[in-house]
Amino acid sequence: MAQDRHPLFMPLILVGGLIFGFGLGFSQMARPEVVLDFLQFEDFGLLFVMFGAAIVSGIAFALVPRIRDSAPLTGDRYERRLKSFDRNVLVGGAIFGVGWGLSGICPGAAYASLGTGNVAILWAIAGMFVGAYLQGRWRSRAASGEPAVAGAD
Amino acid sequence: MIESVPLQLTAELFPNGISRYAVGGLLVGLGAVVIYLGTGIAAGASTFLESTLSYVSDQSRFQRYVSSRDWRVVFTLGIILGAAVFAATVQSGVITTSLYEAGTTGQLYDVAGVTLWMTDVQPWRLFLGGILVGIGTRVGKGCTSGHGVCGVGSASKTSIVGVITFLTVAIGTAQVVAALGVSP
Repeated sequence: MAQDRHPLFMPLILVGGLIFGFGLGFSQMARPEVVLDFLQFEDFGLLFVMFGAAIVSGIAFALVPRIRDSAPLTGDRYERRLKSFDRNVLVGGAIFGVGWGLSGICPGAAYASLGTGNVAILWAIAGMFVGAYLQGRWRSRAASGEPAVAGAD
Repeated sequence: MIESVPLQLTAELFPNGISRYAVGGLLVGLGAVVIYLGTGIAAGASTFLESTLSYVSDQSRFQRYVSSRDWRVVFTLGIILGAAVFAATVQSGVITTSLYEAGTTGQLYDVAGVTLWMTDVQPWRLFLGGILVGIGTRVGKGCTSGHGVCGVGSASKTSIVGVITFLTVAIGTAQVVAALGVSP
């Protein structure tokens, strides 16, 4: 799989990540205080980060498939890979919401926060790995305890 | 006088202006678009947590991400590096722009001429919140980037419901935590 990849695949992912991370730093969404100020209705500017980013990606997602059929570095078709809706979206979203509201940090912003020098954010990143591991253990067990019917994610 | 009312309201809602937020948001979107254009992938940041765990754990839940784990590490390193470039340039004052409002949150400190930043938010909040973020984003199929940027951008109903859920609960939680006197 990995050796079949286009030589520019990884460099492009890196460049995309660089722009993404620079943006999180510039917007200060990488600062938990700024997110908490938003959630406490003291500074609504964060709306411009979330919706600004969604509008930019929305334009690309809408236009690119009309111009080209497949991505140059993977050959994959440009298509909407929509996630299925079920109760997990609500339960998980609510748990994420409590964590975001308590800490002021979400995954992408946490990685960027580390880049701005915020070594204290390693507490949050460590917590995220612990949380991801716990749910993975529970769900791996639940999946192996059930008859193997649906392999859907 | 009539004109000053909306101006006052704007200053109250946006005490740090909107330009740093808008420019940052455009760049976050642009980063996602660059990856999508080249690869067709709508990237999210939280899958990295599980895909990276596949290097050290055999749990089936993590092993399903083996094929994407290497590029997800690169994506995350890119995010860290991009933010470090921001720190070395704009945050350090090497590049100055009226679009960037520095604000007063946290603590600035200097290492080898680079101005770095540290949060004042207490470690227990970061760690406990982080655990819940780790559980919730993975159970809920996405985070602020996967659901919020890519999902909302592709008008996915699942993602829009996900964003409304975590945003509403986060607002409630932050308000309660602040009302309990927890600060910072």
